[in-house]
Parts: sequence; structure tokens; C-alpha cells
Amino acid sequence: MKFKWWYGVLILALFLALLSPLASSSPDGLERVAEDKGFMETAREAVFEIIPDYVLPGVGNEAGATILAGIIGTVMLFGIGYGLAQLLKAKR
Amino acid sequence: MHIPDGFISAPVATTGIVVAAGCVAYAVKATNKKMGEKQIPLMGVLAAFIFAAQMLNFPIAGGTSGHLIGAALAAILLGPWAGILIMTCVLAVQCLVFQDGGLFALGANIFNMGIVASFVGYYVYRVSALFGGQKRRTLIGGGLAAWSSVVIASIACALELAISGTVPLGVALPAMVGVHALIGIGEGVITAAVLSLIMATRADLLELQKA
Repeated sequence: MKFKWWYGVLILALFLALLSPLASSSPDGLERVAEDKGFMETAREAVFEIIPDYVLPGVGNEAGATILAGIIGTVMLFGIGYGLAQLLKAKR
Repeated sequence: MHIPDGFISAPVATTGIVVAAGCVAYAVKATNKKMGEKQIPLMGVLAAFIFAAQMLNFPIAGGTSGHLIGAALAAILLGPWAGILIMTCVLAVQCLVFQDGGLFALGANIFNMGIVASFVGYYVYRVSALFGGQKRRTLIGGGLAAWSSVVIASIACALELAISGTVPLGVALPAMVGVHALIGIGEGVITAAVLSLIMATRADLLELQKA
């Protein structure tokens, strides 16, 4: 099988998922504003939880759980994006 | 910039859902006319790359972090409507599977980070393409487009917070724009870096939008 250009991008995305435990855990822009301006407590809990906070539940090692969550999401989105594009082309 | 449930009121969240649903439905129609062999894997890998890159929060000043949105990059490569579809996929998975962004706020999040960011990124890039050669256009135009997409999306978010009565506009607007002007620099640098990598390896992918 010939190596296609986009395999490289997919490998890069999976590599980024491996780096996910290194991400800054500081609040993001909106969270910072919500904390500073005093409306953080208006946030409601999620209705249901599957992989909350990008940490796969039931995995002891937090870095490992984060990496697994990242890989699951990356693979899912590749499948969804590719499948959707295929579907759109078929529909034409 | 993912809005959790509770930050915006029911009318604002509902309006977001209706507007997002209408735009996504139109994006499906607009995109299927343009879908070619090259676009199919590109949509898949862009969605995957944007999801993974969004996990990598980078620190900015004052104990705050930011992460890529990616809408400008997607819209520059595949057009604003395909950009909206890619961002909708990413935001929907983040909301439904990873509980990032509220379930009822999903429409507003798609509006800000999908619709607004894709269109701003796309048109700023198109306008800047009128100035200078391919290299300058790709690097400076792409960076500027990405920065603008983040800042304008943060304005949309501030307006939603203000209309919801969560925080007055005079407070929300300068705070949101101030912090996202910094985060937008990261978006600009990453977008320009990815575009220059594409320019060096597969320059034809930068021309998909011209056809």
C-alpha cells in the first residue's frame, strides 16, 4: 500500500494526543474571565459524563488516562470527518 | 472558549441551537457540491488534528491558558462551509463525549467557534491574499486570519454572556477581547506554521478553494 500524504497528518495528530499530558492546566480564556468577574459558579454540572475532562475513567495513571482519551477522540474525529465527507460526496 | 451550561440563558442557548442547526444544514448542501477525492481524507485528518491540537493548552500571561480553535485553518483549506462542518464535528464530540462545553450551549459554541470563526478566518485570509505573493499571503494572511477569528469569536461569546444577563457587556467585552487577543497570537502562529508546512510539502492543497 502506497504511503499517502494524509497518513502523515493522522500520525501527527496521534503524536499530539501523546503530548496531551504536557498541556497547561491553567484556566482558559473564558474560565479566567468567569473567575475574575465572579460568574464561574453559574456553571452547571454536565447532564451526563462519558470521558469528563479528557481523562478516561477507570485508568489509574492520570497521564495515561489523558493520552487514551486523546487517542480515542482523535480516532473518532478522523472517522467522523472522513465518513461525513464520503457521505457528502456520495449524495451528490 | 467552550461555554458550559449555566453561563448563558435558555433563550440565548435556544437561539444558538436554531441558528447553528440552520447553518449546518446549509453547510451540508453547500459542501456536497465541492466534495472531491482530495477533500475526503483532508476533512478526516483536519478534524482529527484540530481535536488533538485543542487538547494542548499553552500558557499565556497571568496563570491563564489558551488552545487552538482551528476554524480559520479549516476554512482556509476547505472553505467556510466545510470549516463549519469540521468544527461542528469537533465541538459535538467534545460536548457529548468529553463534557467540554455544555449540552444546551452546544449551539452557541458552534456559532462562536464554528460559524463566526470560520467565516472571519476565511474572509480575512481572502482579503489579505490580494496583497503580496503566495508566501507572504500564506504566512501573514493566515496568521492574521487566525488571530481575527479568535478575537471576533470572543466578542460573540461576550455578547451572549451579556444578553444572558450573566455579566454586563462593559465588563465582559474588554475582558474577553483582552485575553483572547493574546490567545489569538498562539492561534496565528500555529495556523501560519501549519500553512507553511503545507506550502513546502503539498502546495496544491492551498489551491483547493480556488477551483
